[in-house]
Amino acid sequence: MTVDLSQFIPSFLEESFEGLELMESGLLNLQEGDSELIHSIFRAAHSIKGGAGTFGFENVTDFTHLVETLLDEMRDGRREITSEDTEILLESVDCIRLLIEAARDGEEYDNEKIEQTSKRLTATLDGKNHSKEACDNTEEVVKSPNDLEYLIHFVPELSLAKTGNDPIFLFTALAELGVLTIEADSSSLPALNDIDPLELYLSWQLKLISSASIDDIKEIFEWVEDECELDIIIVDADNLASSSTVQDLEQSSNEQVKEVKETQGVEVSSNSETSNQSEVTKESNAGIKPKAKSDVGSIRVGVDKVDSLINLVGELVITQSMLSELGSDFDMSKVDRLTNGLEQLLQNTKELQESVMRIRMLPISFAFNRFPRLVHDLANKTGKDMELVIKGEQTELDKTVMEQIGDPLVHLIRNAVDHGIESSEVRLANGKPKQGVISLDAYHQGGNIVIEISDDGGGIDRENVFSKAVEKGLVDANATLTDSQVFDLLFEPGFSTAAEVTDISGRGVGMDVVKRNIQALGGRIQVDSTPGEGSTFKVNLPLTLAILDGQLVKVGTETYIIPLISIVESLQIEKEYLNRVSGDMDLYRLRDDNVPILPIYQLFNINSQCTDLDNALLVVVESDGQKVGLMVDDLLAQQQVVIKSLKDNYQQVLGISGATILGDGSVAMILDIPGMIQMALEKAQRIQLKKYPNHTDKVGEYI
Amino acid sequence: MNIQAMANEIPSEGEHSIEGIDFITSGDQYLTFTLSHEQYAVDILCVEEIRSWERPTIIPNSPTYIQGVINMRGVIVPIIDLRLKFSIGEASYTETTVVIVLTYQDDVASRTMGFVVDAVSDVLNVESEEIKPAPQFGGCVPPQYIEGLINAEANVVTLLNVANLQLLEKDDNHA
Repeated sequence: MTVDLSQFIPSFLEESFEGLELMESGLLNLQEGDSELIHSIFRAAHSIKGGAGTFGFENVTDFTHLVETLLDEMRDGRREITSEDTEILLESVDCIRLLIEAARDGEEYDNEKIEQTSKRLTATLDGKNHSKEACDNTEEVVKSPNDLEYLIHFVPELSLAKTGNDPIFLFTALAELGVLTIEADSSSLPALNDIDPLELYLSWQLKLISSASIDDIKEIFEWVEDECELDIIIVDADNLASSSTVQDLEQSSNEQVKEVKETQGVEVSSNSETSNQSEVTKESNAGIKPKAKSDVGSIRVGVDKVDSLINLVGELVITQSMLSELGSDFDMSKVDRLTNGLEQLLQNTKELQESVMRIRMLPISFAFNRFPRLVHDLANKTGKDMELVIKGEQTELDKTVMEQIGDPLVHLIRNAVDHGIESSEVRLANGKPKQGVISLDAYHQGGNIVIEISDDGGGIDRENVFSKAVEKGLVDANATLTDSQVFDLLFEPGFSTAAEVTDISGRGVGMDVVKRNIQALGGRIQVDSTPGEGSTFKVNLPLTLAILDGQLVKVGTETYIIPLISIVESLQIEKEYLNRVSGDMDLYRLRDDNVPILPIYQLFNINSQCTDLDNALLVVVESDGQKVGLMVDDLLAQQQVVIKSLKDNYQQVLGISGATILGDGSVAMILDIPGMIQMALEKAQRIQLKKYPNHTDKVGEYI
Repeated sequence: MNIQAMANEIPSEGEHSIEGIDFITSGDQYLTFTLSHEQYAVDILCVEEIRSWERPTIIPNSPTYIQGVINMRGVIVPIIDLRLKFSIGEASYTETTVVIVLTYQDDVASRTMGFVVDAVSDVLNVESEEIKPAPQFGGCVPPQYIEGLINAEANVVTLLNVANLQLLEKDDNHA
C-alpha cells in the first residue's frame, strides 16, 4: 500500500503552527516545577519533529531535535529552567516557524539566524549536560536482588504499525518494569526501493531484568499478541545474581543505556531512509507547493455549532414539508395556517443564518495569542518593566475581520509600549508602581465588537501633539481644537511625536495605516487619554463583513441600500433651512451644521420624478467626519442584507460597495458613502475646471 | 448490443442516431444566435445558460451597453447588450430577446456574464480547420472580439472570442 503523503502536508503545516503557538505561550508562562506545562511544550515540539520527519523536511527535524533534547532535560528535572534557556527556546520557536514557512513556500530562509540559534542550543546542551547524568545512572542501578532475567523474542507482523501500535510504546512500558536491553534485527529489511514506509520490517531481541512476573510482561504485549510472534523465556535467576556484583550491574546498566541509545539509532536511521524516499515525493510536489500560498484557509468548528446547525436544518425541513403540504390543496380557510407556517419559516431562516454566521466566528484569543510574546520581546528590547493583561479573549469575531485586525493591533501595542509606558525610574518618581500595565480587552457592544488597548503610562501630551501638528502644517496655530480632535491628529499620515525614532515605532508610518485598515473593515478608532494616567485606544469593528444592516431607499425605479451604521438621521427638507450658496451648492441647515445635499439621481445619472428639493427626503450620512445629505425619493424598510461582491463578475464601481439580493429576487446596490463623497468632489472639480480652468488648486475644500 | 460494438459502428464523421440516441462524433460545437440579421456564434462549452430577458438593476455611471446586473441563483451577473456594444441593429426587447450567460475560465479566475441577443438559432458542429480568419477590412465589430468566420450552408457566421468579450474596457467606462 502506498499513500501519497503530500495530501497531508497542509494539515501538518496547520498543526505545526498551532503547536508552535502552544510552545510559545507555554514558554512565556513557564516556571520551575510546572511539569504539566513542560510536558505539553515537549509534546508540541515532538509532534512537529515527527511530522517534519515524515514529510522529509529534514532541516526542521534536525533543528527541532535540539530543542526537544533541551526540553527533555527540563522535563526530567535534569536541568533547571532559567530565563536564558527560555529565551533560547523562544528564539528556537521563531526559527522552527521560519523553517516550516520556508518549507511550505519552497523559499530560502535566513540560514545565519538558524545556525546561530542552533549553535547556542548545542552550547547550552553541552554546557550543563554532564553534571547530572552520573547521579541519574546510580539511581537506575539500585535494584533488589530477586530480579529475574527474561529473554523476549519479539517478531511483529509487517502490518503491526498500521493498526496503530508502536513497538516503542511496548519497549517503554517494559523499561518501566526493570532494566531493558534491546537488540534490533534488521536483517529482513528489504532494499530501499521496495520499502513500504508504513510497514514494520524489524524484529527485536529483548533482555529484561525485572522483579515483575511473566504475566506482567505478557500483559504489555496483550494488544499485539495476535499480530506478532512472541517468546518469553526466563533465564536462570540465581546464575545472574551470583555472577554479577552490584558494581558489575552498574557497569552493565551503563552498557544497556548505551545499547538502548544504539537501538534508537537504528530507528532513526530507518526513519531517515524513509525520509529519503519521501524526499523524492517532495521534489515531485514542488509544483503543488505554490498553491499553499494562495491560502484557502480553514476553520476549526466546535461540534456544538455543527450540531445546532443540523438541528435547525431539521426544523427547516419540517417547516418546508408542512408548507408544501398546505400548498398542494390550498383554500382561503387555511390562510391562518399559512401565515403561521411562514412565520415559522422566517424564524428558522433567521436562526439558520445566525448559526451559519457563528461558524465563521472565532474567539478573539486567536488574534490576542501572539501579543504576550510581542510584549515580552518589546519589554526586553526597551528595558521597560511591564506586563500584558488580556481580558475577554473568548469574545467571538468573524474570521476575516480577525485576520485583518492583527496587524493594526500589533501597531497599537507597539505604540503603547514605546510611547505609553514610561521607564521604571520615571514611574517610581511619579509614584506609580514600577511595573507598567498594558491591557487588552474585547467585548461586544450592540452589533459591534470593541477592542480596547490601554496603558497606564504618561498619556498623550496634548500640547506636544498640537505644536507638532502646527509644525507639520496640519492645523492652523490659532485653531481651537477639542481633545478628541487633537488626538485624531495622531492618525494623520507622517505624524509622529516620538522624540527619537526607535526601531519599534516613531517613524510616523503606522498610525495612519492603522486607521485606514480599521476603516477598510468598516470600523472606527477612538483615542482617550489622561495626562499622567495613560491612554486608551478603542477600536470599534463590525462583527462580520458578510452581513450589513441597511436602510432601503428608492430613487427613480431603483432601490439602494444605505449602511445603517453611517446614517446620522433621516428627515424631510423644510424650505426655510435650505440655502443655496457659493454658486449652485445646496446646503441644508441641520442645527449648527451646514450639510451639503447630494441628490443620488444626479450622481448616478438615473431618472427620477422627485427632483424638487422642497419637501424631499434627506438621509444625512457621515463618513470621515464629513456629513452629507443624500436626497432620495422614498424611504423603504430597514433590513439585514447579505453583501455580494460586484468584482467577481464585473468590476469595482465608484460609489457602490457591493450588491445584495432582495426578497423578490432582484438585485439592489449597496451605497459606499466615502466613495459617493469622492464622486461628488470629482464632479464638482470637473465643473469648476470647465468654468475656471486657471485656478483649480483648492476646489477640494468646497465639500 | 454492447456499447463497444455500438461505438465501433459509428462512422468517424457527422451526426448519427443509433436507437434514438444522438451521437456527435467530431468537431467542436458552437451556439449560434442573431444580432439584427447577422449570425454570430460562441463556443458552446462556455454557455452557462440561456434565459429570457428581464429588466436588470442599473449599475450607476456604467457604459450604455452594460444594462445592469441580475441575480442568477445568488450570483450577481452583469448583463451586456451585444447589439449596443457592437452597434448592430436596435436594442429592442421583444419576446424572443434572450440573454446568453457565458462563463469563461482561465488560470486565475472564472467570470460569468450575460449577453443580450435578438434570438438563439442553432448548434453547429465545426472542425477547427473550417474556421476561417476574418478579413481585416472590419465592420462595426472590433477585430479583437472576432475569432474567425464559419460557413454554415449559405450563411457566414462570425465566431466570437468569449475571453475578449468579457474584458471590460476601462476607456469607455464613463457614460
